[in-house]
Amino acid sequence: MNNLDFLMAGVGGQGTILASNILAEVGLQLGYDVKKAEVHGMAQRGGEVDSHVRWGSKVYSPLVEENNVDYLVGFEMLEAARFPQYLKEGAVSLVNDYRINPPLVNLGKAQYPSKKEIESLLLSRADKVIWVEGTGIAKELGNPAMVGVVMLGALSNLVGGDKEAWLEVIGQMVPPKFVDLNKEAFLEGRKVTG
Amino acid sequence: MKKLMTGNEAFAYGAYLAGVRVGAAYPGTPSSEIMDNFSRYPGVFAEWSPNEKVSLDVAIGAAYAGTRAMSSMKHVGLNVASDSLFYAVYTGVKGGLVIICADDPHMHSSQNEQDNRNYAKFAKCPMLEPSDSEEAKQFVGIALDLSEKFETPVIVRSVTRLSHSSTPVEHSDATPPPPPEEPPLYERNAQRYVMVPANARRRHPIVEDRLKKIAEYAETMPINFIEPGDDQLGIISAGVNYHYAKEVFPNATFLKLGMVYPLPEKLIREFADRVKTIVIVEELDPFLEEQLKLMGIEARGKDIFPMLGEFSPTLVRNCAVKAGLIPTPEAPPEIKTDLERPIRPPMLCPGCGHRALFHVLRENGVLVTGDIGCYTLGAAPPLAAMHTTGCMGASIGVAHGIDKGNVKDDVVAVLGDSTFLHSGIHPLIDVLYNQGTSTTIISDNSATAMTGFQEHPGTGKTIKKDETALVDPEKLVRGIGFEKVDVCDPYDIDQMEKILKDHLQSDMPSVIIARHPCVLNAKEKHTPPEVDPELCINCGICLDIGCSPLIQEEEHVRVDALLCNGCGLCVKVCPQEAIIEK
Ligand SMILES: Cc1ncc(C[n+]2csc(CCOP(=O)(O)OP(=O)(O)O)c2C)c(N)n1
Ligand code: SF4
Ligand code: SF4
Repeated sequence: MNNLDFLMAGVGGQGTILASNILAEVGLQLGYDVKKAEVHGMAQRGGEVDSHVRWGSKVYSPLVEENNVDYLVGFEMLEAARFPQYLKEGAVSLVNDYRINPPLVNLGKAQYPSKKEIESLLLSRADKVIWVEGTGIAKELGNPAMVGVVMLGALSNLVGGDKEAWLEVIGQMVPPKFVDLNKEAFLEGRKVTG
Repeated sequence: MKKLMTGNEAFAYGAYLAGVRVGAAYPGTPSSEIMDNFSRYPGVFAEWSPNEKVSLDVAIGAAYAGTRAMSSMKHVGLNVASDSLFYAVYTGVKGGLVIICADDPHMHSSQNEQDNRNYAKFAKCPMLEPSDSEEAKQFVGIALDLSEKFETPVIVRSVTRLSHSSTPVEHSDATPPPPPEEPPLYERNAQRYVMVPANARRRHPIVEDRLKKIAEYAETMPINFIEPGDDQLGIISAGVNYHYAKEVFPNATFLKLGMVYPLPEKLIREFADRVKTIVIVEELDPFLEEQLKLMGIEARGKDIFPMLGEFSPTLVRNCAVKAGLIPTPEAPPEIKTDLERPIRPPMLCPGCGHRALFHVLRENGVLVTGDIGCYTLGAAPPLAAMHTTGCMGASIGVAHGIDKGNVKDDVVAVLGDSTFLHSGIHPLIDVLYNQGTSTTIISDNSATAMTGFQEHPGTGKTIKKDETALVDPEKLVRGIGFEKVDVCDPYDIDQMEKILKDHLQSDMPSVIIARHPCVLNAKEKHTPPEVDPELCINCGICLDIGCSPLIQEEEHVRVDALLCNGCGLCVKVCPQEAIIEK
């Protein structure tokens, strides 16, 4: 059984934590030992949120280690750009093609890095950077908050596991009213990497 | 069946399984979800207390009555509850009493990173430290057994990385033992429970003797154990740090301590005899290291690992390499980049009522002594309208002191509704009693928002969302004796400003209740306004309210409709009337 380390990075309110809960649960269903760690910072909305998920035959630390992450899932471009040092060589980065300005950028006091700069920074470790129109796809389906499930869809092709296993966990973990829509979002995400 | 649970969910589950029937807590990151989860189990009583001291007293009372009880809090909560902890150690308890206390190394959301293991030693109270959710579940039961066996409260220590990490837990259909059929009679024993000096003097030797006995018992507790490996290196660790150390030193011999106070000295000596070098992996203070050194056992620890901040496998590995404990691992070349990646500091939500209040305070140049809650973010630029923040409830006393210190500035204290009921009432009494003239603003959003929207006595709902008596802050402060009291919605910024000015000019001690529900909790949302590009002169004045949907572009400002809450504050502050309500 391969060990797989995931790092998910986003902005508060984007649903990073729900997505990492689903990812952890899928790992458990697939028979892995699983641990997950996250910090919800001080603000309810708008701060950085990162979540560590580890699948393995035996996992000790809930925190991933620098140089060891297999998949970096960025829910927001700049958030992804904070973690290249966590990637192992040959890792894959999946990044939502979406930008939320930090306050200093809004105030014109700092620059938001360009997509190209972010990509080349991640490529200093990663083999591939896959851009996903996550928020775009989710918005089109009617709710930008489903971006997490879209990203999971894109990720699921790469890490394997039966599609049905993923769908089942999603069915259990999203609010009952939104199950069908979320499943659809997941399948749309799959098409990106499929 | 294995189920993923956070440490906090597991604490609650463990408490339920172990037959805890009374739980009391005041929320505080990273501990809040313990009581929330516990309250959902059948057959238990759970409450949000107004503060941690009250919560501990409630749990102590239940334990005196012979019922298993739990109080949970964040690390600084134990500062508030410490007076009660100390007496409860002296009186001891009848039913098991467990205090679950969560430290926050790195201060992810705290004002300090005190190491609460020191309380175990200080208060002479045993302390357990689980390392994952399965242990969190089990250790609550073990703590309660220990508590009843030795008639003492027991602290179970958590940290952010345990409370908020999810790991698999064995989950079954097991149910707790049934409650007694007949309610037992309370055992009246004043000598034991009335801590006047004469009685307390009799209790102190019992406390000292008890600690010795628990230390002996610790030698036999399976939660303290040696994991044989290569005896060249012996690692001593506890809690989540144990797992980081397992990643970094997979072959070493380990002593894993489930109980960090008092320590099993014989077991430690046995371990010391066996291994060549002892290295202690512990976050924050050299708590274990000092005890080992007092035993005369040579050990390394803080010469290798830092005393500040939070550990991680990365940090433990880097320190271990530097100290020559492990060879340098093969790693990809370090990433060198000077790419600017602006930070994303925590901010008030779009639409937050606190923002309107701070806008008015800043516009009036007032000195603001602050407190702890979402509204502390009023200190962040560009609002930058709060000038002190220490601990919960400090704002009012500090403002009164500044007032008596006679500065030129107008000073007001700002605190939230939950904070007011936690520890704002007594300082307010002080202002009145000691002839202060300061103004206190209760920024009342009808929730304990910062820690996850918990109910409190001012919301009129219990932890289970049942209707209950509502403690109205206005009636309360009038009842104390304040005569100058006004209530205002801060979104009415003209009215808010008028009231503020009136209170500042007045020599009477006064209170303003600035009331606007937390929009996130109330799920309040309106249509976002739009900027008319013809009217906007790009002056940037609206940006000073620090609301993230407002974006300055080349020609004019834009409102990001996806992030905007439609509260309309920017509409009010734009001098060009260029932001148009839709
Ligand atoms: C002694 C202590 N207990 C708990 C906390 C955690 N805590 C920080 S702010 C806060 C309450 C905030 O509620 P409120 O005053 O209503 O302000 P809001 O966040 O709703 O704006 C809590 C519980 C703390 N910092 N110190
Ligand atoms: S959670 Fe509520 S009180 Fe806290 S910043 Fe957001 S809107 Fe304001
Ligand atoms: S209306 Fe203006 S102030 Fe209110 S949330 Fe939207 S951008 Fe912020």
